[in-house]
Amino acid sequence: MAEVTKYNEEVLIEEQGFDDQFHEHHHGDKYQSSFIFKYIFSMDHKIIARQFLITGIFWALIGAAMSIIFRLQLGFPDESIAWLKPFLGRWVQINAETGIGTLDSQFYYALVTMHGTIIVFFVLTAGLSGTFSNLLIPLQLGARDMASPFLNMLSYWFFFLAGIVMFYSLFLSTGPFSGGWTAYPPLSALPQASSGSGAGMTLWLVSLTLFVVSVLLGGMNYITTVLNLRTRGMSLWRMPLTIWAFFVTAIIALLSFPVLASGFFLLIADRGLGTSFYLSDIFVAGQALEYVGGSPILFQHLFWFLGHPEVYIIILPAMGIVSEVLSVQARKPIFGYKAMVYSILAIAFLSFIVWAHHMFMAGVNPFISNFFVIFTLIIAVPSAVKVFNWITTLWGGNIRLNSPMLFAIGFVSLFISGGLTGIFLGNSAIDIQLHDTYFVVAHFHIVMGVAAMFGMFAGIYHWFPKMFGTFMNETLGKIHFWLTLIGAYAIFWPMHYIGMAGVPRRYYRFDGFDAFGQFTVMNEFITIAAIIVFAAQVLFVVNFFWSINNGKKMKTKNPWGATTLEWTTPIEAGHGNWPGKIPTVHRWAYDYGKDGKDFISQIIPLSEEEKAEEQHH
Amino acid sequence: MIGFLIVAITILIGIILVQIGKVTDLAGRIRGEEESERRSNNAQAIWLLVFMVVFLVFCVVSAIYYKNEMLGYGPHISASEHGGRIDNLFNVTLFFTGIVFIVTHIALFWFSYKYKAREGGVGKFFAHSNMLEGIWTIVPAIVMVILVTQGLVVWNDVMPDVDPDEEYIEVEATGYQFAWDIRYPGPDGKLGTRHFQLINLANNPLGQDWTDEKNIDDFHATEIVLPVNKKVRVRITAKDVLHNFYLPHFRVKMDAIPGLPTYFIFTPTTTTEEYRERLSEYPEWQVPADPDDAGGPQRWELFDYELACAELCGKGHWSMKRIVKIVSEEEYNEWMLSQPSYYKTNIRGTADDPLGRLLDYEIEERADELTTDFESALILDDPSEASIILKNLFFDSGSAELEEDSQYELNSLLEILTDYNDVSVEISGHTDNTGDANANQLLSEARADAVLQYLTGQGLDASRIQAVGFGQNRPADTNDTPEGRQNNRRIEMRIISQNF
Repeated sequence: MAEVTKYNEEVLIEEQGFDDQFHEHHHGDKYQSSFIFKYIFSMDHKIIARQFLITGIFWALIGAAMSIIFRLQLGFPDESIAWLKPFLGRWVQINAETGIGTLDSQFYYALVTMHGTIIVFFVLTAGLSGTFSNLLIPLQLGARDMASPFLNMLSYWFFFLAGIVMFYSLFLSTGPFSGGWTAYPPLSALPQASSGSGAGMTLWLVSLTLFVVSVLLGGMNYITTVLNLRTRGMSLWRMPLTIWAFFVTAIIALLSFPVLASGFFLLIADRGLGTSFYLSDIFVAGQALEYVGGSPILFQHLFWFLGHPEVYIIILPAMGIVSEVLSVQARKPIFGYKAMVYSILAIAFLSFIVWAHHMFMAGVNPFISNFFVIFTLIIAVPSAVKVFNWITTLWGGNIRLNSPMLFAIGFVSLFISGGLTGIFLGNSAIDIQLHDTYFVVAHFHIVMGVAAMFGMFAGIYHWFPKMFGTFMNETLGKIHFWLTLIGAYAIFWPMHYIGMAGVPRRYYRFDGFDAFGQFTVMNEFITIAAIIVFAAQVLFVVNFFWSINNGKKMKTKNPWGATTLEWTTPIEAGHGNWPGKIPTVHRWAYDYGKDGKDFISQIIPLSEEEKAEEQHH
Repeated sequence: MIGFLIVAITILIGIILVQIGKVTDLAGRIRGEEESERRSNNAQAIWLLVFMVVFLVFCVVSAIYYKNEMLGYGPHISASEHGGRIDNLFNVTLFFTGIVFIVTHIALFWFSYKYKAREGGVGKFFAHSNMLEGIWTIVPAIVMVILVTQGLVVWNDVMPDVDPDEEYIEVEATGYQFAWDIRYPGPDGKLGTRHFQLINLANNPLGQDWTDEKNIDDFHATEIVLPVNKKVRVRITAKDVLHNFYLPHFRVKMDAIPGLPTYFIFTPTTTTEEYRERLSEYPEWQVPADPDDAGGPQRWELFDYELACAELCGKGHWSMKRIVKIVSEEEYNEWMLSQPSYYKTNIRGTADDPLGRLLDYEIEERADELTTDFESALILDDPSEASIILKNLFFDSGSAELEEDSQYELNSLLEILTDYNDVSVEISGHTDNTGDANANQLLSEARADAVLQYLTGQGLDASRIQAVGFGQNRPADTNDTPEGRQNNRRIEMRIISQNF
């Protein structure tokens, strides 16, 4: 019988770790001596992760606040919003006689557009993937930093710049872009067709082009880091699922965002240089325009060639985070690790050949839709595998129902609810009726909006101690969870019914139509739920910032009892993460409950029995 | 005010919650970390279970409650032939996904409850099972195959374009900011060509090319009226930006794209009247349409099918409504005949009319008119009392030489006189009062004679016709306006005898 070995992690890293002579050129970090270079123009991936997160929170609040304003319009179209006049200025028109303030319909569409753009790109792409890829890739792989800390810094600052430009566009006299986050031409190309398509659209395009640069710089770095900077022993098949998810996400982003950029460039040319890539046969504002021969559908192809992978760029990191959190907090190995990796790869591959399922009703040849239906519904298979594996991970666990775990469980519930409605929409025949109705709104908000936010929350609550050395308040976290879960379902579940009745999305009012006007009470209910959920998010933000300084202090390096490397760094890790050597990895990331032990860290060498077993396989 | 209240209440609740958070944290510290964690764990486990039950019950109950709004249920049955198949597909998908939804949610929350942390507990090391993973790869795959197959069968039945030999009605819908223009092909059943550069908001909103004769009988309508049980092909286009032709009751939806016409083919199966009857059976439709007018018409009585836009097209996107009426075939035919051609009412004879003086249809119509005038004169007690104006006779100003286009009217007249070969007529020329009266007298005689010469030249017996001129002496209208003078310059015909 082998002796039970007790390891001291520090000693272990010192004895077994990989010596990269880090201490010798530590002077390279002298730039950190001033506040500006330590916290603002930082090249430390941990600081950059925090920058992405806090910027993401800022944008999430703006994006969510916008949704509250347009929900007020939808829920209470005849109620005065004169009290918003100080914020919205001329976009609220006050009736001189009655004193009733109404939201300008042009601005309603600007709000809807900005809400989508901000949440999809700035919050769920930069805020989610940017934060956790940056934080976890080097830490969980045992790397000192990203492959290029400088490009990594640039990635954040391009995102920041994109944000500045977009923020500025909110204050234009013609209003921000208002043609929907998908920016379909000709509406997005012609200032005559919509005042938001003037300067607002120009800034939108500039902002998102800067954003694409940010994503590409970040993505190259993530891929390079994963491929080249894994510590000794960290084979690809020993990487935690978080890293797999971030890695594949970065690959998807690198392949799809340039296509979006090219789509944008052609749109810029149509807008500014008089080309006709997307425009033809247009008569607008009393005038026939000269554009001939272009096709608006071309833009849709280019847009959705990014746009569909984009939803996986959003959801894969959330899946990775949830896999990790579920496993750690359930004290069990993630079920079917390899199947999970293959599912990620399968989803990533399929994500590139399903884009036209957004365009079944867009005027493309119906024959081609056959292929897109088949590929789209195949995605249900790897997605189902992931869901069943998450649920099985819970089975037989020793589950801690703390805030990160609750959000991870909530994620699985939302992913099921929202994923299943995708099976309706992906089937082109059903999509004839449901396309561009509230059913679609319900579907994508649940599956990639709220679910991805839940993944992000799970990650924030779980890795908050790693980022700030303190814990977030658990009670507030749980209140936040319950209000958000119940509230999110209260908002989006009824939208399925509205959509099944055929009510189109992006309507400023519903009472003009006999067929769409019957949901007054339900729309009021949804708006009230949205306000409550928004308040819950404010609570989260309060908890977040309050806990940075006042939260319960982290006393041990590994509070969750996790196996992965980020918990072997000091509580306050400097640039370079490990003070001495880099730990060497001996096993996969999911040895929980093995041989009766609660967990076995990745840096612990295999026991004799384990070696024998490995030989046996 | 409501806004301020909401903000104030939210802030208050927020403060309370933060305080609760602090207090429980403090209580936890007093009680000991592990103990408070265990308590919280147990409480959360129960909450998860409660949530599961309430949530699943809520889903089922609310679905039943809103049943009548759903695809294919209650009054919400499709009014088109293919729509029922889509609704059916929806329900099949709902069946499978419903099972998955309920089973996975029970498993998810039950496991979370059942396996909550135990003191000193350790999770099971259960890392994978090829059999389990195989099952839940294969079962979803099979279900997907079923759904995809059914879906594609319906899709490929619904979406293909019409066969050229098929019988169908074509209608055109053109979206623009922010309304729809509806165009019907008229009696010839063919829509005329259009070009966006011909669009003119004053008198050619669709840019129809008037040199294309298919356009001549096309008419614009303010409502879409269609006969029941006839296949309809909607040609869908847009003028400015993308729109989407959406008929919710018929399960019809297709983008309208400038420069790239699309189509949707469907067959309405329920007339507006029948649909109203169906709605009248549901209590939510048996209420006054106007809540302030209890005695007024009920909701179902005012129901109409609607056309909406389903592609964001600008700030008025939400207002692009047109009424759609499904009627019996007789009603449809009657309605169609009552619709005036856009060309004939708005373009014909204006400066924008590129076509010649007389079109085939006009010649035909005129021939019919002349025959009617002639025959109604004949049945008078004294046929010679009726003066029949011969239209479409063209002379140059001051000249008595017939222009070529005059032949159509004269040939029609010749045909009538050949049919009624026992009738003799008098042709009289008239002028307005401008110029010299004698000259006018001579001109009127010469013009009447020119008509006589043409008719006899074509073989009409000279004894059956005589020509006279009245100059400016018998005006038919005022000579003070150009139109009046135009009406005074004319050739008339009178039946002078009929041998029985």
